Amino acid sequence: MPLLEVTELTGGYGATDILHAVSFAVEEGGITTILGANGAGKTSVLRALCGMLRVSSGKIAFSAQTLNGKATESIVRLGIGHVPDGRGTFLNLTTEENLRVGAMTRRDKAGVAEDFERVYGYFPRLKERRNQQAGTLSGGEQQMLAISRALMLRPRLLLLDEPSFGLAPLVVQDIFRIMRAINKEQKVAILLVEQNASLALELADTAYLLETGTVVMSGPADELRQAESVRRSYLGY
Amino acid sequence: MHGMHANRMRWMLVAIVVIAACLLPFVLSSYRVFQFNLVLVYAIVLLGLNILTGFNGQISLGHGAFYAIGAYVAAVLMDQWGVPYWATIPAAGIVCFVAGFLFGLPALRLHGHYLALATFALGISMPQILKYKGLEEWTGGVQGIVILKPHAPFGLNISQDQWLYLFTLIVALLMFWLAWNLLRGRIGRAMVAIRDHPIAAEAMGINVAAVKTLTFGVSALYAGVGGALGAIVVQFVAPDSFVALVSISFLIGIVIGGLASISGVIYGALFIQFVPNIADEISKAAPWAVYGVFLLAFVFLAPKGVAGFVQILWGKLLNSRTRDTKRSATVQS
Amino acid sequence: MEAFLHQVFSGLANGAIYASLALALVMIYQSTHHINFAQGEMAMFSTYLAWAMINAGVPYWAAFGLTVVASFFIGMIIERVIVRRVADAPVLTLVVVFIALLVILNSITGWIFSYTIKVFPSPFPEQPLFGPYISSHEAGVVGITLFVLLLLFLFFRFTSLGLAMRATAENAVSSRLSGIRVGWMLALGWGLAAAIGAIAGMMVAPIVYLDPNMMSGILLYGIAAALMGGIDNPFGAVVGGLIVGVLENLMGAYVVGTELKLTVALLVIIGVLIFKPTGLFGRSFVTRV
Repeated sequence: MPLLEVTELTGGYGATDILHAVSFAVEEGGITTILGANGAGKTSVLRALCGMLRVSSGKIAFSAQTLNGKATESIVRLGIGHVPDGRGTFLNLTTEENLRVGAMTRRDKAGVAEDFERVYGYFPRLKERRNQQAGTLSGGEQQMLAISRALMLRPRLLLLDEPSFGLAPLVVQDIFRIMRAINKEQKVAILLVEQNASLALELADTAYLLETGTVVMSGPADELRQAESVRRSYLGY
Repeated sequence: MHGMHANRMRWMLVAIVVIAACLLPFVLSSYRVFQFNLVLVYAIVLLGLNILTGFNGQISLGHGAFYAIGAYVAAVLMDQWGVPYWATIPAAGIVCFVAGFLFGLPALRLHGHYLALATFALGISMPQILKYKGLEEWTGGVQGIVILKPHAPFGLNISQDQWLYLFTLIVALLMFWLAWNLLRGRIGRAMVAIRDHPIAAEAMGINVAAVKTLTFGVSALYAGVGGALGAIVVQFVAPDSFVALVSISFLIGIVIGGLASISGVIYGALFIQFVPNIADEISKAAPWAVYGVFLLAFVFLAPKGVAGFVQILWGKLLNSRTRDTKRSATVQS
Repeated sequence: MEAFLHQVFSGLANGAIYASLALALVMIYQSTHHINFAQGEMAMFSTYLAWAMINAGVPYWAAFGLTVVASFFIGMIIERVIVRRVADAPVLTLVVVFIALLVILNSITGWIFSYTIKVFPSPFPEQPLFGPYISSHEAGVVGITLFVLLLLFLFFRFTSLGLAMRATAENAVSSRLSGIRVGWMLALGWGLAAAIGAIAGMMVAPIVYLDPNMMSGILLYGIAAALMGGIDNPFGAVVGGLIVGVLENLMGAYVVGTELKLTVALLVIIGVLIFKPTGLFGRSFVTRV
């Protein structure tokens, strides 16, 4: 049974629907990516998962629990970490305080301390700047901070919304390398929404292609990478 | 056909109301005439406030201040310089227009809560300004100024109360007619555009700053005219008649009557004049508790105020009439 | 010189009260971006509760403590029951709701306790113990305010709950995504603000005497202080309060005379709103199109 299973999800903001009968799944410990151009509805999918979108029909199931209608805070507490687009950093709190907020819902002090060490291990730059105001961090560092903040939840599923956005290529490579490490070492499943198709298809095992709110193609990432249409439209060759 | 029907019915209703209003002073007791006179006064003020807040979206919690200025202008002119009562009305209007316009200039930079704050501050501090010893020569200080009730002109055989009521009615009709024309025209549409989409309005070429300050001025003018009339009706002005709660009363009036509604202003005026009297019989403090509870109830249950309610009823009435005519048509064929 | 010092110290004491009220306003503004026009009346109502307890024989500090706790809960209830419902409503609706609260609290208090002026006791001795320029009560006010501020500082800086509230005030969406129950944080904020307001009311009542309208002028000063310090900056609220307190006294004594003191507050408010709307320490806001 997949960890996350979304069936025929339809919904949007206000009166209009943005997503139409979207179905996809993320396996336990797997990496799934949702690709698409700007405005395809990728961010809306992640928002729907976290209860931030009006759902008119369809079902969202996480580890046998239905997420439909639950409040964002409750969904997060089930073990879903969301790294939003724009990062959502608490600019006026320090780096360390940002991470403490991420761990806010946890009761196991020892586990939290462990996770601090682990996160600083992945991103030593954050450790250097632990007492600095988060607003003074660079774009790449804020992205690292956003991912770390979600990791402090010790989630079973990590949602990432366009982590490569606005970052230098070297920084992006770094981040993707670490995401692979997180997935392998901690068995955290990842649902990655990305515009940068080549990087995403390299990382993921399953991929879905979204166009104007509908899934137009799906399958193992390798397959999509070879597919003619995907190569032409999204990979540039 | 339907639209024309509704329009004609609406005008008939307006005509009936106006005629009833004219006949009122001759059928009611002196005290009731006095009360309805105040209703007209408040209606004028509420119309001004509604133009500013309902149609143009600028929140004012301090219109009592302009009401006070109008009242004092009338009182001082009559007391110190023997100006006839009817001349003080336009004078109060002009002074308040200038005051409102001047206040509207810095208010351009304020939105929402901040404008509410600034006007709230204005409303709270007005009594103190009026009590200021330095102005006592004119304002009469804490004791205020007493005004003499005017007599009916041309030796008409009606009482002073009746004449005063009719005078107020004439002014009110004029002010309503002016407001109706203003709101129907280009400026009125600009006001509403600014309320709903200020940035888009600017992009479309509306001079937002000019419209907003002018609206403030006009709104203050109405409050001033109301204030002057009110002063003459009550025959008295004193600083403590213009406390912050007066401004709050006005806000209550337009919310309950119905924002952005000309007819709503009448319901609002009736409310703020008569409800305290009724509630007063329960306890001295009760009127305001009643106000507060009504306000909350209206916010949650009837956000369009009484006017909105009436419109719904009106719609239902018209709908049932067309259904009837349709039915009779099919029966005939 | 003596008179001057006296004005300054007395101004600082008043300023401490304005700072408390300003702090309450800032706390609510930070988390909800609303200005609570009813803050003064809530404080006034709390003070009457304390008066009722003291009148019934409860010792001062016990009544003080109970009032603070009761006010905390009243604040939370108001947020959950009323403010929550209109959270997304347009500004005018919110202003109307707060004004309605103001009006209801004011009149209910008058109804229950009548409008006659009452004496509210001060827990501090009559004789000036801290030198000739400041009465014991005024010194006590400053002391208590500083103590409360210290507690708040420690709470927000070093506790998890404090961190959660700070996070909520800054970014509600990110807070939700970290599992924080934002609704409860807002209620807590209101509760704390109400408690602080209650303390301010109990500190000022011995000076201005207890009557349902005692807080309207003080609310104005509190608003001026909050705006001057930066409506979203608690530190600024405190500094703003002290400045407004001293300014009020000095201007009242040497420039405009005591009768126009409120006008000073009005001018401060309008001045700040026009020339520096973010106040001394606030952050500038950008409007999104």
